[in-house]
Amino acid sequence: MTDIILGHYNYWIVILLMMAGFYTVISRSNLIKKIAGINIFQTSVFLLYISIGYVEQGTAPIIAEGYITYSNPLPHVLILTAIVVGVATTALGLALVVRIREAYGTIEEDEIHDQDRSL
Amino acid sequence: MKHNLILRVIAKYLFPVIALFAFYVQFHGDYGPGGGFQAGVILSVAFIFYALVFGLKTTEEILPPYVLRILASCGVLIYAGVGVVTLLIGGNFLDYNRLALNPAAGQHIGILVIELGVGITVSSVMLMIFYAFAGRGRS
Amino acid sequence: MIDTLIDITLLAFLAITALAIIRMRNLFVIIMLFGLFSLHSAGLFVVMDAADVAFTEAAVGAGISTVLMLATLALTGNHEEKRPAHHARLPLLVVLVTGAALVYGTYDIPSFGDPASPAQTHIAPYYIAHSMEDTHAPNIVTAILASYRGYDTLGEVTVIFTAGIGVMLLIGGRLMRKYKHEDER
Repeated sequence: MTDIILGHYNYWIVILLMMAGFYTVISRSNLIKKIAGINIFQTSVFLLYISIGYVEQGTAPIIAEGYITYSNPLPHVLILTAIVVGVATTALGLALVVRIREAYGTIEEDEIHDQDRSL
Repeated sequence: MKHNLILRVIAKYLFPVIALFAFYVQFHGDYGPGGGFQAGVILSVAFIFYALVFGLKTTEEILPPYVLRILASCGVLIYAGVGVVTLLIGGNFLDYNRLALNPAAGQHIGILVIELGVGITVSSVMLMIFYAFAGRGRS
Repeated sequence: MIDTLIDITLLAFLAITALAIIRMRNLFVIIMLFGLFSLHSAGLFVVMDAADVAFTEAAVGAGISTVLMLATLALTGNHEEKRPAHHARLPLLVVLVTGAALVYGTYDIPSFGDPASPAQTHIAPYYIAHSMEDTHAPNIVTAILASYRGYDTLGEVTVIFTAGIGVMLLIGGRLMRKYKHEDER
């Protein structure tokens, strides 16, 4: 029982962080807070992938004298690309928030829906 | 913020240090952590720091937006251009072994040039996005 | 032993920051807590031996993302989120069910750090053994990113370029149009 907890506590806390980000996206109506929630969700998914690639008593995957075991380099490459794509979509989302504010006058989602319904 | 003496002096001292660190990270990407993406972001952060202290208008006089647009396109063209050059030499697309006489030198040249393309594009796009956000609403 | 302690401390800070972001209503505080979240996760990446990823996450998450969110806050002007009008029972239920399903799925994942798990024995030993003689670059992550999988990195650079063009099209102009209800008055 304890070695199940010791071997998996990392994944469980990362799932808690994912669910915190997911809850922020679906239950709050402020657009900037939703974008912050999406970013929290993305970052915790990256943590999950890097924890899968971790090797005990290994080192960073840079070949140097005297080290034999290295961490798995493939998740690192994948997550590097994913981080940069994440910032690209965040920048586009924030630009859309600025234009929505100029068009509707507010960034709360239910006020935007009310204005759309009353047209 | 340009009336604050400490910020002005520190910004003028820190700008070349940050830019030098960005070039170090760019060119040592093969030997340590680093590479094109990190270096591009750090270089754009140097310019954003200068813009926060001295104002957007001064920074746009130093580095006008049309230069950034040209630089961003040049970065992607350099990257794809290396691939087309290897096609013209006779190998596959992005096959660096054909770029020099022995494969080791070819790989070094190939990795260096494409990381340069990545760094140029990332730094100019990040600064372009910052100019767009900071310049909105002033006519 | 000390690694596990640092790991648990950083994960605890991350969980507290995420829960604070849900509860807080002042947008400026939320953006600062988000920058803190990115910095702590960069520290966690260092503890898990991912040096390149930690570098990128610290520069991009705690640097560029936070600056862009602050710029958006300055352009939209309101600093307080509205108090929610009703209790969010259905989202809480959905989140609990999804979380329970994911935790049930982690019982089959191999233990944290196991060197014999399928992720470490499938193709990674080939890259670790052959990257020095194929590409002569000691950093295996750069060798894979630039040489073995260089085509994917070309796609990534194109994505960044497209995002820059998209932001320029959306808010590149200088004028800020007032919202249309103010024009009609």
